[in-house]
Amino acid sequence: MDQTLPAPLQHEHMLFPEGLHLECGVHLAPVQVAYRTYGTLSAARDNAIIVCHALTGDQYLAERHPLTGKPGWWSRMVGPGLPIDTDRFFVICMNVLGGCMGSTGPRSPRGGEGPGLEPRRVEPWGTEFPPITIRDMVRAQKLVIDRLGIARLFAVIGGSMGGMQVLEWAATFPDMVFAAMPIATSPFHSAQNIAFNEVSRQAIFADPEWHGGRYWEREAIPARGLAVARMMAHITYLSEEALTRKFGRRTRRDPYGPANPLSLFGEMFEVESYLRHQGSSFVRRFDANSYLTITRAMDYFDLGADHDGDLSRPFHGTRTRFCIVSFSSDWLFPTTQARSLARALNRAAANVSFVEIESDKGHDAFLLDEPDFDRTVRGFLSGAAEHARIG
Amino acid sequence: MRLDQRLIAEMIRPGTRVLDIGSGDGALLDYLFRTRRCDAQGIEIDMQEVTRSVAHGLPVMHGDADHDLAHYPEHAFDYVVLQRTLQAVERPREVLRQMLRIGRHAIVSFPNFGHWQLRLKLLLGGRMPMTAVWHTPWYETPNIHPCTILDFLMLCREEGYVVEEWMAVDEDGERAPWRRSIRLANLFGEQALFLLRRQDR
Repeated sequence: MDQTLPAPLQHEHMLFPEGLHLECGVHLAPVQVAYRTYGTLSAARDNAIIVCHALTGDQYLAERHPLTGKPGWWSRMVGPGLPIDTDRFFVICMNVLGGCMGSTGPRSPRGGEGPGLEPRRVEPWGTEFPPITIRDMVRAQKLVIDRLGIARLFAVIGGSMGGMQVLEWAATFPDMVFAAMPIATSPFHSAQNIAFNEVSRQAIFADPEWHGGRYWEREAIPARGLAVARMMAHITYLSEEALTRKFGRRTRRDPYGPANPLSLFGEMFEVESYLRHQGSSFVRRFDANSYLTITRAMDYFDLGADHDGDLSRPFHGTRTRFCIVSFSSDWLFPTTQARSLARALNRAAANVSFVEIESDKGHDAFLLDEPDFDRTVRGFLSGAAEHARIG
Repeated sequence: MRLDQRLIAEMIRPGTRVLDIGSGDGALLDYLFRTRRCDAQGIEIDMQEVTRSVAHGLPVMHGDADHDLAHYPEHAFDYVVLQRTLQAVERPREVLRQMLRIGRHAIVSFPNFGHWQLRLKLLLGGRMPMTAVWHTPWYETPNIHPCTILDFLMLCREEGYVVEEWMAVDEDGERAPWRRSIRLANLFGEQALFLLRRQDR
């Protein structure tokens, strides 16, 4: 086996040769976590905020993305004077374990990375990468936090899968999390969400370039399948109103013209063209095996599972201040799920704020311009900072 | 802050855990946290008020007295406050039970339907009375369970609650609170304020 991997981008990272014992029982070593930081850690090391990214996000939170050239996914939220104010807080964003932007994942060389090894000459993990869980992701993040010498995080914030990590942080390391903000998320992945993920995965498996997951051997990628997976998932991130407002039934010229068997009169719907664009740009920055690993981790997520389904038990005795946010048109992680999480936290006598933001933008609203949401984030953080007596 | 809120705040010991049901714009929460060092959180039914309170740094959750109190454990709070909401909930008796289950003390304020102006208006006009406190017409009012101070005292007796403190006050707050005679208070008090606890403690 003498396969050459594509030249990897150099991401800022930490290497942990001792590795991590995963929930599935496998000991994964070494473990590498790629991250970016914004702002300055205070002398007391008490102003750190972890921002957890969603399924297809990464650590490039508030700066130009090295692959796409686009602004960071939360540039409008994180920065000097912004709701997550980097003049005040030290913000850390890490690529999740299993990801493909510099953290150990299916695309990482199986023999590991580090001195003495020639990563470009060894085989990647591929489909044999062990199954990971949201808790594994959080424990990998904790390695970084420990090495930074941070004993207590001021806050952990994240939307969607990022919100799952927030809940896991608060449940697994309660004494380390002063404030937690789970956004557009749920304490378990619902059957409907698992179903959508399964359709995504099947689209990848059905691609002729899949090659049993060893596509790198043929210098191929299952681009079509991955693009279809992204297109399908993308629909679930929007709402009917958002799609109608953005595209309606408008048509545009089909770049492939009447030669395209599905196009009548050389036209296509704008929504089709938008989804194709979303799909193809995703393929350029995301690895198919990574997509499978991470969607699976979301599907496994169920905070109450170890507690006979009682969601309050992981939070008994917690002193963390929670702020749960949902969006009215989010049908992937609906308000009903956020409310049941809020009630579970009530049962644990936790300090809970719960806000549903009125928006027609669907699940993706947390990534978009919603002034009420910005005010909520800013207000919750400054209220919590007042309680923590920082900044 | 409204007069009844000021009086409520005076009943609450500094540094305690407080749940304010119907926290509105968060004025009482803000006062309790910032001047009395209380760990105070709120429940509010109006989402705009919730968003405003949270944006102001106050812990408030969207919910209501009828459906959300059952989810809190026993003795989770030192005080549970219900300001001017008792008359608008679906099951006032159950709400009071829940308040005294999850809190060591309950503080309840409500507009007194026994006030002389209301009695007079109903007696002379024969129509549902409207005053500064009861200011919505009968077909629009959110108040489905109005009661008088005497009614409330009867309920407390039936349920075995100890009235630790009570007072009747006027809306404008200029006149001294009524504290001596319940019957006079029921006639002249526009607002009633009660501090309760359960008998078995």
